[in-house]
Amino acid sequence: MNTNLLVWIILAPLLGAILNAGFYFYHIKKEKVSDLVFSIIGTGTPLISFLITLSLFLKMNSEGIIYKQQIFTWLNIDKLNIEMALLGDNLSIFMSMFVTFVGWLIHIYAIGYMKGDNGFGKFFAYFNLFLASMLILVLADNPIILFIGWEGVGVCSYLLIKFYYGSAANVMAANKAFIVNRIGDFGFLLGVVTLFFALGEVDLSFGSIEANISNASNELLILSGFLLFVGAMGKSAQIPLYVWLPDAMAGPTPISALIHAATMVTAGVYMVARFHFLYSGIEEIGIFIAYIGAFSALFAAIIATRQTDIKKILAYSTMSQLGYMFIAVGLGFYSSGLFHVFTHAFFKAMLFMGAGGVIIALHHEQNIFKIAQHRANLPIIGATFLVGVIAISGIPPFSGFFSKDAILAAAFQEGQYLIWAIAMFTAFLTAFYMFRMYFIVFVAPTKHTVSYTYTSKTITIPLLILAIGAIAAGFLNLPAIFGGNHFVDTWLGQLHSKHIHMSHTTEFVLMALSIIVAATGIMAAYSKYAKFDVTKPELETGLIGKKFYIDELYDTIFVQPLKAISTVIDKVIDDKIIDAFIMNSSTGFVNIGKKVAMIQNANVRFYAAFMLIGMMCVFIYLYITLGL
Amino acid sequence: MISLTSYAFVSMMLFSIGAIGVISRRNVFVIYMSIEMMLNGINLFLVTFARYHFNMDPQIVTVMVIAIAAAEAAIFLSVIILLYRSRKSLDTDIFNTLKQGDN
Repeated sequence: MNTNLLVWIILAPLLGAILNAGFYFYHIKKEKVSDLVFSIIGTGTPLISFLITLSLFLKMNSEGIIYKQQIFTWLNIDKLNIEMALLGDNLSIFMSMFVTFVGWLIHIYAIGYMKGDNGFGKFFAYFNLFLASMLILVLADNPIILFIGWEGVGVCSYLLIKFYYGSAANVMAANKAFIVNRIGDFGFLLGVVTLFFALGEVDLSFGSIEANISNASNELLILSGFLLFVGAMGKSAQIPLYVWLPDAMAGPTPISALIHAATMVTAGVYMVARFHFLYSGIEEIGIFIAYIGAFSALFAAIIATRQTDIKKILAYSTMSQLGYMFIAVGLGFYSSGLFHVFTHAFFKAMLFMGAGGVIIALHHEQNIFKIAQHRANLPIIGATFLVGVIAISGIPPFSGFFSKDAILAAAFQEGQYLIWAIAMFTAFLTAFYMFRMYFIVFVAPTKHTVSYTYTSKTITIPLLILAIGAIAAGFLNLPAIFGGNHFVDTWLGQLHSKHIHMSHTTEFVLMALSIIVAATGIMAAYSKYAKFDVTKPELETGLIGKKFYIDELYDTIFVQPLKAISTVIDKVIDDKIIDAFIMNSSTGFVNIGKKVAMIQNANVRFYAAFMLIGMMCVFIYLYITLGL
Repeated sequence: MISLTSYAFVSMMLFSIGAIGVISRRNVFVIYMSIEMMLNGINLFLVTFARYHFNMDPQIVTVMVIAIAAAEAAIFLSVIILLYRSRKSLDTDIFNTLKQGDN
């Protein structure tokens, strides 16, 4: 086995995308291609990626090597040297492990979810491309290659959100996601450029950036760190660039699962961890990131308590959990943040898949109260959903508890008591709104039940696998007080993360506190919603129900003025000035030409008269000038 | 003796009447006759000044013009016949096929 396998992690899904696209064109132009072909290509290629990653992981684990692969030199202009190079170190292999694994399971799930859809092949082509972009992002050896993946996931999310482009709302949602992401991307790109100049124009691979970071001026590094984080705000849906995430629920559910669990939104956290050497040097930005994370977590959790769309609740919960991750990476606890990314991937993918299962069982009904009114009998989905809800609420021994508790402890240890308090309150809200959703969808008494017995195996099997992950993933990073060995922390040792050093008593008290908080949230949800009368649904009203009017605010502050400016430019500057000038200069010539052409009227006598006039002019001229 | 000015005046009148005839008349025959009139006006001019200067060169030119006018008459008449055959008319305004398409 050689290190050239690294590139095949990316190439496998990329080839899958190309093959699926080719077959899909054949499918629509010539003759029907069986869904089985698309399914095999679509799910087989992520499996190949996963197996390669697994083999590299095992080899790395036993031999402690780092993979690097130089494919070709992309650009070499003076001091700017960009290599098309891949880096398989502990961090990127850790990331790609669960990206490929969870991604693969979501692909399998999508077979069942998208069954019978006309765009089946197209869907898998986009899906594979999405995974390939994310893997480029993860395995990149320099920020420029990372940016290719960064843009790639943006494009793929755009394509997938408007997968059903027949509806204007879906297209609007896709545009919103793309445009908001572009704002972040611009920040990211500026950040990379700033970094390039701050470092004195060295080779841009992560290794050489890390080696030269001490030469750079602190101000430029702070600027660069801030700008890079603007990119992360867009991609990972943090305040103020989060508005696209709830709207992105317009796409089919497997896409939401893929965006939220394995790809896209985790990119921001990964990027901050990837630049750990930069962020650990600029603590001000780190604290800023942590505060943004904390407020995003709180804000999203508050909104989620009043939402009625099952997928939007999950979307806000993702934003909230991403906030936790940013608290961790902002405070320098990179491995804790990534561990939460890891556990979150399992339970969030599972929650979305479960929600998707419920949604198709009820013919694409997403309102939780309406789902409750016509409850379908879905035991496996119900059970796995409960596992996911418990995991995200932070009840031991489910995975979410360990990862979230590590973050809470980190905030407490760093003395950021405000962040800690916000995170604690958010944990309460998380337990509350997740169980609110669970109780309404699966528990609250209802008169009608729909007898829906068949659920595709490709939907239930990935759910069960993920349920095992959601229960057990926490043990991978068991804290020392439980006799654990901090496997993830050790594995990600290269990040020089801070670690929890506090007395066992404090740690136990904090844990007990967070369990009590979560339990209180569950009790509150139970008392209010377990016996809830679903025929009288809650409405999305009030300040919280209307999401604090942020969309309307952005619309007023940014969208409408831009529209007004565009209209002025279009109707006045373009139409009346530029077009008028250009059109008149072209039609003007035509008009003059028409006038001149009237002389050429093929009337011989007219020509003769002209000749005579001409000759007379010549003679008059001669008479005057020669004085004859 | 008739003065030089009178000759010049007559020849200019002949030329001008011919020119106006070419421009204003529509019948091809009349135009042809007008052209002949212009030629003869010029001939008269040449001959007048040949006599005045006792120089034979203009007279040679005049004889040549008459000869060419004769040859021209042959061609012109045959062209007129062809024109008449093609359109059954001798109105010059009908023969406007050089004109651009739609203007």
